[in-house]
Amino acid sequence: MGHQDGTALGWKGKEGLPSGGPSTHEINLADLSKGWSKQGGQVKVVKPPLPSPDKRWKIIDAKMRKMGYQPHALIETLHAVQESFGYLDEVALRWVAKSLRVPPSKVYGVSTFYNFFTLKPQGAHTCVVCLGTACYVKSASKILEAIEVFTKIKPGETTPDRQLSLLTVRCIGACGIAPAVVYDGNVSGRVTPEQATEKLKGYFSHAS
Amino acid sequence: MLLEELKGIAEKEKAGRKQICVRCCMSAGCMSSQSAEIKQVLEKAVADRQLGDRVEVRRVGCMGLCGQGPLVSIEPEGLLYERVTPENAATIVETLAGGTTSAQRGDLTQPFFARQVAVVSRNGGRIDPERIEDYIEAGGYGALHHVLHELQPADVVVAITQSGLRGRGGGGYPTGLKWATVAKSKGERKYVICNGDEGDPGAFMDRSVLESDPHSVIEGMAIAGYAVGANMGYLYVRAEYPLAISRLQIAIRQARQRGLLGDALFESTFNFNVEIRIGAGAFVCGEETALMASIEGRRGQPRPRPPFPAESGLWGFPTLINNVETFANIVPIIIRGAEWYAGLGTEKSKGTKVFALTGKIKNNGLIEVPMGITIREIVEDLGGGAPDGAKIKAVQTGGPSGGCIPAHLFDTPVDYDSLMKVGSIMGSGGMVVMDDTTNMVDVARFYMQFCMEESCGKCIPCRAGTVQMYQLLNKILERQATIKDLEQLEELCDLVRNTSLCGLGQTAPNPVTSTLRYFRNEYLALLQPETGGYGVDAKQPADAKVAL
Ligand SMILES: Cc1cc2nc3c(=O)[nH]c(=O)nc-3n(C[C@H](O)[C@H](O)[C@H](O)COP(=O)(O)O)c2cc1C
Ligand code: FES
Repeated sequence: MGHQDGTALGWKGKEGLPSGGPSTHEINLADLSKGWSKQGGQVKVVKPPLPSPDKRWKIIDAKMRKMGYQPHALIETLHAVQESFGYLDEVALRWVAKSLRVPPSKVYGVSTFYNFFTLKPQGAHTCVVCLGTACYVKSASKILEAIEVFTKIKPGETTPDRQLSLLTVRCIGACGIAPAVVYDGNVSGRVTPEQATEKLKGYFSHAS
Repeated sequence: MLLEELKGIAEKEKAGRKQICVRCCMSAGCMSSQSAEIKQVLEKAVADRQLGDRVEVRRVGCMGLCGQGPLVSIEPEGLLYERVTPENAATIVETLAGGTTSAQRGDLTQPFFARQVAVVSRNGGRIDPERIEDYIEAGGYGALHHVLHELQPADVVVAITQSGLRGRGGGGYPTGLKWATVAKSKGERKYVICNGDEGDPGAFMDRSVLESDPHSVIEGMAIAGYAVGANMGYLYVRAEYPLAISRLQIAIRQARQRGLLGDALFESTFNFNVEIRIGAGAFVCGEETALMASIEGRRGQPRPRPPFPAESGLWGFPTLINNVETFANIVPIIIRGAEWYAGLGTEKSKGTKVFALTGKIKNNGLIEVPMGITIREIVEDLGGGAPDGAKIKAVQTGGPSGGCIPAHLFDTPVDYDSLMKVGSIMGSGGMVVMDDTTNMVDVARFYMQFCMEESCGKCIPCRAGTVQMYQLLNKILERQATIKDLEQLEELCDLVRNTSLCGLGQTAPNPVTSTLRYFRNEYLALLQPETGGYGVDAKQPADAKVAL
């Protein structure tokens, strides 16, 4: 998960990112119009090149092509980016903006509106604690508390060694087996605070 | 596809069935406790024991009793096994060859199952949701054929109207009326949208239907498309439901391959296609105008209505938007008739409703019950009461838009109007049971925090009001508040309810007002005594008459 290729990272100066990649390019409004050129009254679309030879961009491009590079493909495309890279970085957002001819401000607006999208790279593992009603009634907050104490991070953060990202969600539909926690995409039901910290210990055991 | 072909598929399926069927639940709840491995163990045990010629192992959707999962059942024997493990699964197969098993036996005749009326959940726990042939064998796509060849679009609308079906997404708007409006609206194109956003935290009815019987929703949408004159449908499903999304993808692919989605369905002139759109974690996207904004690739912010989606919806075209469960009711209504459906339930709330019964209750899971059943029957008979003898204090229905119903009102029948009368709503079907360890002020704060975080920020009363109400609730819980703060809270409730743009803000105060109505003493007990707190004992129930 995450970028294998540090150079694809557009975020400079954000926590835990490899330094030394190409500098973040500033927002250049002239950039915006580059995708467009008027030819005899007809708008001709020039497709921006893939940001890097990384194969994952091709998958994302295919998704956009399937939806005809229409602006309404934005959310689906961002899903594809996040699925491929684990998060949305500036390079991706700009490229998607150009490909779909949506202003970067809108792309940024959409990616920050929806809780599911993350602009920060995630840790090697993720732990998502459900805080929906059924889990709340069954003391999910105690699980979260125990995890916070154990990992010393808050929801939305990643441990300094990048092993674990802690997240919360409002119901994953596993209310029948509440309280529920999702470890790396796998749902666990009837979780106790002890079980949760025990499980997380495993993620840190090989990290020195 | 022709009717003969459809029948052919069903017959071939029937002929291929073995004498005994071991059903293994593969819905998200049971999957999280290793039901995929259990199925493999069962299959291997059947092969090892050479029972393959009379026993088959089948992946099925939700059986309902999720709290006791993973579940395995054996048909036609009617045996149920609960909390099966990969270790003891093989011994269940042994019983078919005269052996014994250590697996925990469940009871399919207990009220939890016996009192249910399966309309929406008719195929749950019976068919393999990843095989269209299973659905066809259960009569699937027969209703679509019937509609396309025997009925005019207007007849379909009449049937749905006569059934008395009301929207299951929470509002309870008469479905037939909505269909009639869209059918009448003029537009070069029209759309059908299935709302599978299921935002209520603590509810999973729609997830279960999508995972257990995806084709019944697709067929319902196609029938709706024919009735209103739409050729394109969108299924909006929240990203938190990956299994539901993948089952839908499989279902759509199989339906296209079989010619049950696409052009000229059943050799008629009707074309219909559906696509999935995946939500991205925003509660407000369950609101219909926000949902359409999201499908259009924008931030999911609601807009004022009118115009209603029925006149101007997706990309400005007339759009029919219904909930998952609403669509899942369509096929049974067409097949068994509007009269039959109208015979279920109460005078103004017809049919059945699926509820997600969770919280401090013995039987956690999904139930489908006729409208008009009382909360007491649900909690005590189907739910089996509180585990380990605790005292049940209240039931919350309607999620963040609903309210808490106290134990002394448990004889309230479950229908749209009665629930409204006691200060809650039917909602989409979440039913969270709370016992006397739950503090009701904390419950109110829980929901307010939810609404505060999920407010989209477009209108000020909701954006700022929820923050203020949350802070007041915090202050009360920290024992820093006075009676003045409580008065201000009540004023704010009134203000936010009456001035917010969409349902989120308009209903956000409900959890506060309903807990204030029935559990006011819990609030009063937390107030500063010297400045007007009454030093009331929180355990004394508020006088019901005064509260009402
Ligand atoms: C804040 C808010 C959230 C909603 N969430 C949902 C939801 O998750 N699922 C749903 O079907 N309807 C939801 N609704 C109701 C929809 O706006 C709409 O009324 C419904 O999908 C119509 O379908 P129905 O007539 O079949 O109930 C929500 C409404 C509001 C105001
Ligand atoms: S409330 Fe946690 S899974 Fe539904």
